[in-house]
Amino acid sequence: MQVIRQPKIYDVCIVGSGAGGGMAAKVLCEAGADVVMLEAGPMWDTEKDSKMSAWPYDSPRRGAATPTKPFGEFDGCIGGWDIEGEPYTQAPGSQFDWFRGRMLGGRTNHWGRISLRMGPDDFKRRSLDGLGDDWPISYDEIKPYYDKLDRLVGLFGSMEGIPNEPDGIFQPPPKPRCYELLIKQAADKLHITCVPNRLSVLTQPLNGRPACHYCGQCGRGCATHANFSSPSVLLPPAQATGRLRIITNAMAREVLTDESGLATGVSYVNRTDRRDYAVRARIVVLAASACESARLLLNSKSGRFPDGLANSSGVVGRYLTDSTGLSVGGHIPKMEHGVPHNEDGTGGAHLYMPWWLDNKKLDFPRGYHIELGGGKRSAPGFGFMGGIQRFNGVGGYGKSLKDDYRRFYGATVGFSGRGEMIPNEDTYCEIDPNVVDTYGIPVLRFHARFSQHEVNQAKHMQETFREIIHEMGGTPLSPVPSKEALYGLEPVGRIIHEVGTTRMGNDPKTSVLNADCQAHDVKNLFVADGGPFVSNAHKNCTWTILALAMRTAEGIARQRNQGTL
Amino acid sequence: MAAALVWSPAEAQQAHEHAATAQAQAAKSATAFKPKFFTAHEYATVAVLVDLIIPRDQRSGSATDAGVPAFMDFMMIDQPRRQVAMRGGLALVDRLSMSRFGKSFVNASDAQRRQLLDEIAYTTNPDPGLSHAIAFFSSFRDLTASGFWSTKMGIADLQYQGNVFVDEWNGCPTAALTKLGVKYS
Repeated sequence: MQVIRQPKIYDVCIVGSGAGGGMAAKVLCEAGADVVMLEAGPMWDTEKDSKMSAWPYDSPRRGAATPTKPFGEFDGCIGGWDIEGEPYTQAPGSQFDWFRGRMLGGRTNHWGRISLRMGPDDFKRRSLDGLGDDWPISYDEIKPYYDKLDRLVGLFGSMEGIPNEPDGIFQPPPKPRCYELLIKQAADKLHITCVPNRLSVLTQPLNGRPACHYCGQCGRGCATHANFSSPSVLLPPAQATGRLRIITNAMAREVLTDESGLATGVSYVNRTDRRDYAVRARIVVLAASACESARLLLNSKSGRFPDGLANSSGVVGRYLTDSTGLSVGGHIPKMEHGVPHNEDGTGGAHLYMPWWLDNKKLDFPRGYHIELGGGKRSAPGFGFMGGIQRFNGVGGYGKSLKDDYRRFYGATVGFSGRGEMIPNEDTYCEIDPNVVDTYGIPVLRFHARFSQHEVNQAKHMQETFREIIHEMGGTPLSPVPSKEALYGLEPVGRIIHEVGTTRMGNDPKTSVLNADCQAHDVKNLFVADGGPFVSNAHKNCTWTILALAMRTAEGIARQRNQGTL
Repeated sequence: MAAALVWSPAEAQQAHEHAATAQAQAAKSATAFKPKFFTAHEYATVAVLVDLIIPRDQRSGSATDAGVPAFMDFMMIDQPRRQVAMRGGLALVDRLSMSRFGKSFVNASDAQRRQLLDEIAYTTNPDPGLSHAIAFFSSFRDLTASGFWSTKMGIADLQYQGNVFVDEWNGCPTAALTKLGVKYS
């Protein structure tokens, strides 16, 4: 097939327009670089395309999921676990669910905006408990970037001084909803830390963006840019330099290299005309998502790199982890027949529970935090109070049933655990030797397994969430899943916090990237997504992806100015 | 000549009411809704079932008032994986009605319909012979609730007060806090 090559040589080619790609583009364009960005999906503009204020009855499907919107038709992210024409496969006995965004801004369009810093301990876990590996950088090295990130993007939170949950530069947190205070009351009694949440949603204007208007629909994409997404915050300043070219519907296929082993650009398939193109660049930054970037490297085979690019260690695709996750809902009689009022607030919980225990006294290492749900946080839509028999015990029909819906509506709380999974040898991705996608690009095959560490942690989550519900005088809405069902642990990948596939390290034999997220094997190749993570602290990964991408991009600019790149 | 079809007075009355209701519904709009998935008989069954599940009361109208049957028809086309269970479930309801009353569900009397629902609308019914009908009804009830409560009428009934622009978030009103026994420190 003939490859259509463009004559221009860019300074940098960035693959992906989400958190990492957006940040790299902002920093590098502002540093003076000519940047070309490849995005696999279409353009998307929250001001025009967001369904932020839609009512369920505005659509005949009332907000139900569609094949391209698994979180509901009004959700801000195009993509999902299953994308037509883009399969991935599972090794026998494995389940890994891979959520991919296909649009400008990627998954930053619908994420939960939970913006937690990793703490000092999270960078040196092996030194502390002997499991996994330490990062090649410390909290002190990344802290300045977290600080700059906080000032650039903005987030709310409160100064708590919890040792491994570093405070940031916070805007004031919104007042909790009334039932969140009720949850806190129970948490206090149980000695579970419960503090204001940390979300990248503005409660005060910042850098030309307005404060939140509290419609509760961050996940649909904010039409006023009051929350963080890459196209709301990072791409506009990059575009303002006049040095960013974005190519959409560009499915990256291979990183191109020359005889000397340096990257020379990226070839891609234009999804619209299905033809092969190539862009040339002096530096390549992969930010296509941890697994997509690993796939790209593994598919970039040549005589010089027979096992894929930057893979002399054989580590590309390995050390894959997701956050652990499971949820428990509870019916709280005290919340029945509540005083009607607007409970929407920001798009997430206003309180959360950071990890509060000492693992030395537990049968599992590493922690989890608890995300809160409940009340009447959005308009009744598709799926409203499904399984009413879980509430009233019987189901039923008629006038008494109608009254039951009214009585139980809003009288529930939900707890979701998000915990740390430790990398294991049986969880990784590789190229499936037999399967290609619709563009002829070989696809990933996943291997996934939780270890006893995660299973024990899941059991602890189940017990804790039920304890809180009981303390509130309520009843859990589901029985505890069996040990065989891993206590309700979601499949690996389901929490959409997958990281680790191109991990950093000081030893080129056991890592893909050095401490600057630069490939050991290819000095003008960098990774700026979740791939570089050495461990996956229970802190949702986006804030660290952003801080790390900023550090990586500033490092690229510095090396370029010094003439070493 | 085949034996004449004889209706009891009650059945005749029922049929008359059924026809009158159908006529009234058709008259409501010049172009009556034509289901894309349901047959006419299935659609009539759906209309009866949803109003038994969510009837009109002092606070709001019934499921058919809120257009639930048309919503269900849309969802069957939109999410085809639901079709088999829906079609089979409705057939099951008719078969149970036939075996008990010798009539399809729409032709059964109101008392007979309720008698059947008293058996299949409760997940606590331990009768293993009814497990499929009970499972169908639970899922049908869920879809009815989705279709009813997501309308303007349903949302107003539930007194949901959000989805508005709020200049300043002041948390929850004192009355709501007091009821839960919490306060802002």
